[in-house]
Order: sequence, then structure tokens, then C-alpha cells
Amino acid sequence: MSLKIVVLAKQVPDTHNVGADAMNADGTVNRAALPTVFNPEDLKALEMALQVKDQVPGSTVTVVTMGPPRAAEIIKDARNRGADDGFVLSDARFAGADTLATSYALSQAIRQVGHVDLIFGGRQAIDGDTAQVGPQVAEKLDIPQVTYAEELLAVDAASISIRRRLERGTECVKASMPVLVTVTSAADDCRFPNAHRMIRLAKEEVRMMGADSIDADMDRLGLKGSPTKVKKIESVVLAHKESVVLEPTEAALNELSATLIKEHIL
Amino acid sequence: MNFYTDNESLSFYLHHPEMEKVVAVKEKDFAEAGKHPEAPASAQEAVDQYDMVMNLAGEIAGEVIAPNAEEVDHVGPTLADGRVQYAPGTRRNLDALIQAGLYGVSLERKYNGLNLPRAVVVMMAEIIARADVGFATIWGLTDCADTIQEFADEALKEKYLPRICQGATCSMDLTEPDAGSDLQSVRLKATWDEAAKCWRLNGVKRFITNGDADLHLVLARSEEGSTDGRGLSYFVFDRADGGMTVRRIENKMGIKGSPTAELQFTNAPAQIVGERRLGLIKYVMSLMNGARLGVGAQSIGLCEAACREAEAYAASREQFGHPINQFVAVQDLLARMRARTDGARSLMYETARYVDLAASSRAASRVADILTPLVKLSASEFANRNAYDCIQVHGGSGFMKEYACERLYRDARILSIYEGTSQLQVVAAMKGIASGAYLKQIESYDARVAEGLAAGLDGKAAPAAELQRCLDVLRKATDGYRRFYELAATEGTTSERFEHATRALTEVLAAIVMGYLLLLDSQRDARFLSSCQYFVREAIGQASRHIATLENC
Repeated sequence: MSLKIVVLAKQVPDTHNVGADAMNADGTVNRAALPTVFNPEDLKALEMALQVKDQVPGSTVTVVTMGPPRAAEIIKDARNRGADDGFVLSDARFAGADTLATSYALSQAIRQVGHVDLIFGGRQAIDGDTAQVGPQVAEKLDIPQVTYAEELLAVDAASISIRRRLERGTECVKASMPVLVTVTSAADDCRFPNAHRMIRLAKEEVRMMGADSIDADMDRLGLKGSPTKVKKIESVVLAHKESVVLEPTEAALNELSATLIKEHIL
Repeated sequence: MNFYTDNESLSFYLHHPEMEKVVAVKEKDFAEAGKHPEAPASAQEAVDQYDMVMNLAGEIAGEVIAPNAEEVDHVGPTLADGRVQYAPGTRRNLDALIQAGLYGVSLERKYNGLNLPRAVVVMMAEIIARADVGFATIWGLTDCADTIQEFADEALKEKYLPRICQGATCSMDLTEPDAGSDLQSVRLKATWDEAAKCWRLNGVKRFITNGDADLHLVLARSEEGSTDGRGLSYFVFDRADGGMTVRRIENKMGIKGSPTAELQFTNAPAQIVGERRLGLIKYVMSLMNGARLGVGAQSIGLCEAACREAEAYAASREQFGHPINQFVAVQDLLARMRARTDGARSLMYETARYVDLAASSRAASRVADILTPLVKLSASEFANRNAYDCIQVHGGSGFMKEYACERLYRDARILSIYEGTSQLQVVAAMKGIASGAYLKQIESYDARVAEGLAAGLDGKAAPAAELQRCLDVLRKATDGYRRFYELAATEGTTSERFEHATRALTEVLAAIVMGYLLLLDSQRDARFLSSCQYFVREAIGQASRHIATLENC
């Protein structure tokens, strides 16, 4: 018994280390000046995948990412942490993709991997916060999905049990394979890279795959395949501008309630 | 936070020009290249590997060990049913390092080690100690594996060394209630059990760091009727074999996360390491030299931690309308702390390189032997002074438990005691003082500095005129040291007068050596100049003061 596992990952700007030159004068993001990191929830997803591999010996973990060539860094990082393989979808034709086009490209890439039992991904990436790509990939592959996973409870050859977060509490679900799982920040931290793996794999190149190698409809890729149009990006700062002091009386509270209802806050 | 990448000095020493020779010796001229998937084929590739591994260690030190340090200090290990339970944070630290393959890093690749030279192992020890000195003692005890690798037979090596690389913890069981600094008095008995074909250990060991380790190296009396060091042999004991219980763990002032235990051995089965009777006189002495360098590394890690705590506090604390780091009195404290750290570090990596080169050179081995006590003495004393000054920079707040400086102060105190007190380091240095070996080494540094100045330096170096001035003063200080030595030895080197002067002689020497080493470093990078100037002043000042004392009192 062994499982074929795919982890979806993204290289994102390191929002904890943004320098003064992070924005261009025209308000766009200066990507070249931004340090990058492995998207934190994707690292958690990788850990869950590696835990499955630990429990089901012989399983393989393949990490897939889409991005510029430098995204190969996270594939190397993932391999150093225990992933068996990985590749970068990198092609100018993927550029400008929204979540729809991204999930299409990723799903086509997963099809190239062959039969896959489990797909893990972070709930969302810290640069977009959409939480849409994972679920959309599941839809495109026509497989079930378990979102908001926090803990791997059990796994066997045909099913996986997961504890997932709900609005008020958690629930434990068992899903049959193949299934896609999105993982939240509450899951276990990813294990560290291993020094021996780092040294052994240092010279191994990362596979790069272009649009031609995933059997894709070119109209569904990149900007062309993205119905989402960003009109404007604003930095919204929520700040208290005035404060109201209330008397601790029923009348004052009623008045506050009425005001909040009128302003559609309640 | 990454404790390797946030400190440029470490990369500076990792890329030291002499590292090429170190790599060649460690890699036996790249004999394993192409045969083992991890073996480098060039010095550059080896150093790149070291850099990668240090990066990983730096991340674990900064992200796991340092954040756990406070909790580990509070909780500490516990004892139940004769077994030690680490604090949960200690366990997390160990798990992270084991998972990362950072256990038994100096061991050969065939045992699943990383074959790292000493110069890199001590760097790892330094950053782990910067995160938590107590934990560094536990990790550092894997150095025991080097003794097994060097002296045990192949069967023993194959049995134990791969286990150490997988995370088996180690302890070095030397001291007993009546045998501390005087290890010749060890009484724990080892007797041969013919039926079981193994040695049996009986007796008590006290003050054993990481006392409930998986594997123990035990110094025991194998020769019945003997009373001195020649009756002692060295044994490896596997805790899984039973026969040992932990009687108590000590309630210590510092390094509280590291369990210091009293052990009772009762018919514990053990295997001999190397030959009988060589336990103390050969094997422990070898282990001890490594351990002393290890304490040097711990001390420098603590020096660095104290510097950073003090610098951060002085930058944020405002008094009289200004951050206190703008006041000269505080700047002076901070500069001294930084200089001590730089000086001890330069000396330690120099020593570690010689330890590595000693594998193929008797001359290098002799230099390693004379420099090791200087590292242990200077670094551990500096750690204490830095911890003291760190609290001073914090003022009243430093006296409160809320700040890390309080823990550093307690942790520092053991550094000048264990693995040979400062006083014993002075004794160890005496041979080199009397033989002139130190002066010979200083002369070689002088020649290298002069050669560098004559050849012309690149743009990163400190201004040549400043370097020349430092060199001139260090030469005067060296003359001063010679004069001091002559005055101290007027009644002979076995006289009480000379014995009284030995510590001061050693400290003057250490200041001169660190001055020269930082001068060489300043030829490669100007940022070491102010620390170099500190040791130049210390060297000339101390030499002059001691001469005046001996001439007048």
C-alpha cells in the first residue's frame, strides 16, 4: 500500500519583512525588492502530507507550484524537508492568472502526475487571501474536498480522517480517496529541512514545466483565462475617529441599539 | 530569526582563508568525492555545505531553542523513579535538531555523520549556546562520540556512532564526590565479568551533566589496588542495558535546563574504549581538550547573547530625553562587551582550525594544545563579565526576573568552573609560557601582519596607518610580557613568586594573542578594528601594570 500525494504550494512575498522599496512610485508592488517565503499554510499542508507519508511507507509527495523561475526555491525547500519531487509551472502564458485560471493550470498539471490519491494545499496564500484555489482545483478534478483541516487523525489505503475547523468548534470527517484537503495555520508546523537531504539534493535541478506540457486550453490560462479584473487597490485603515460616552442607563443603551440598527451595523 | 545569518562574523570565520587547508585535512584530500553522495569534491563545495548546514542550525537556534529558553529555565528537568525527564522545551529542541540531522555532526559519513570539522562544530555550538547555554551542554556532549570514533574498536564504533547520529544523547561521567578537578582519585570500580564477557561498573558519579543520557562514557578504576591515573580505564555504558539509577538531580544556580545528576552504578554492564590504563592519561585528556573548546563556544554564545540584549535595551531605553546608548558611559560598556566577544571568537576559531589541522601535523597539534586553555580561560571569564555588564546596562530592570540578562548572569557562572576551572587553565598554559611556545606563535602572527601590511590591503581592510599603530603597540606589549616574565621568574619558575604571577602572565598573553588575531581580521575587514584596539590597550596596559607591581612591590 502506498499513496501518491500532491502538495500545492506558492511562493509569496514575505509580509513580515517588507522594506521601504516594496512599492513602486505608481502604487504597484515592486516584486523584485520583496523577499519571498514559502506560503505559511502551504508549509503546514506539506507537513500533513509528510505525516501521511510517515504513516503509509512507500508513499510519495510531489510539490507543485506556479510562478516565476525563482519559485524553484520552494520546491528545493520542500524536498529538503522530505518531499520526493516537485516542479514549477513557469511560463509567460500563465502570467496574470486569477484563481480560476490558476486552479485550471494546477489541475491540468496534477493530471500529468497521473493517478493521485491525496492533494494537500494551504487554505489560502498570504498575498491574496482568497482561499479559492484549493476548492476550485477539487471541482475541476471532480473530487471531494475537506477544507479548514487542522489535524490528521488517521489514514489508510482508501480513506483519510481529518479534524476540521468550524465557526464554533471542530468536526472530524472521514473522506474516501481521492480527496483534496486544505490546511489552516492551526495545523502542525512543518518539520525542518534535513542537513543530509540538503547536501545530497543541492545540485539537483528543479523541473520547470511550460504551458505546452500540461495539455491545456490556452484560452483558459493567464490573463486571458481570468475573468477577475482588479480595478483598484486601496489601503483601508480602520480607525476610531470619535468616541461616544454612554450613561449606564437603559434609555442610553436603547438609543445606542437604535443607532447601530439604523446604520446597518447590527 | 536566524542566529547564523544575523551575525556576519560567523560567515567571516567560515570563509577564513585557512579553511581551505582545514577542508583538505578533514576530507582527506577529497578521497570520498564521487563515492559518497554527500562528499564534496572541492574546498568551495565543502564550505558551501557548511554554510547550508549552519543556516539550518541558525534557524533552529533562533526559531526553536531561543524561544524555549525561558520556559526551560523555569521548568527544568524532573526526576521520577530514578529517571530524568527533560523539560518539554528541551525535548522540542532535541527533536528539531535530530529531525534536521544535526546530531553527531562531526562523525564520519559512514556512521551517518556530516563529517564537519571542529571549526564548524564549535560555530554550531556557539549559536546554540547563544540561544540557550543549558541546552548547548546537552547537545555539545555528542562530542563524546569523537572519543569513541578516535579510540574505540570498529565493532564499538559501528554499534554506537550511528545511534548518536540518530539522536542518542551522551554524557561524560568523570567526577565523583571526592574526585572533581583531581580525577586521579576516581574510585568507581570496573571489574571484568568473565561469564558475561563484559565489564561491570560499581560506584557513584556526581555532578554529571546530562546524567541520564542514552550513552555514557565512564572513567573507572579497572586496576585493582592502583591509586593514581594509571589505574583508570574508559568505558562506554548503554543506559538501555540497565544497572544505573539517577539518585538525584542538583538544584543549580544556572543552566537549569541541563540535568546535573548523581548516578549510582550497580553491576552495570559496560565495554572498554581503547586500551586499559589509558582512560585518564590519554582518552579523557583528549576528550577534555575538545570539551574545553566546547565551553569556549558556549561562552562566546553567551557573550553574543549578552551583547545583543544590552544593545537592544540601550537603544530602546530613554533617560534624560535620549536613548541611553547615546551616553558615553553606556557606549563604553557596550564597546567592551562587543570587543570581548570579538576577541574570544577570533581566538576560538583560530584554535579550532588548529585542532582540525592537528590531524595531519604535529606542529598544528602543539599550537592547538597551547591555545585551548587560552580560549577556555578568556571566553569563560569574558562571558561572566559580559553578563555582569549586560545587567549594568539594564540598570534596575536588569535585577528583575523579567529580562533575559538575569538568566545569562546565572548561566555564565559555571563556564569558568566546569571542564577545568580558570585556575586549571592557567596551570595548563604554564608549559607553553615556560617553553616560549606562545612567544613563537606570537612571532608568527607578527610576521603575518607585517607581511599583509607590506603587500597592501584591499578596500575592506581597516586603514593601514591604524593597523600599523596597533602593530607597534602590540610589539611593545610583547616586550612588556617578556620583561614581566623575567621579573616573575627571577627566583625560578617553581618559586611562589612565579606561581603568584601565572594568572596575570596568562591573561597578558591572551590579550596579546587576541590583539594580533583581531589585527589579522582587521586586515580583511575594518569592522574588527575597534575591538582590536581594545585588546591592544588591554595588552599594553596589563603588561605595564604587572611590571610596575613586580618592580615596586
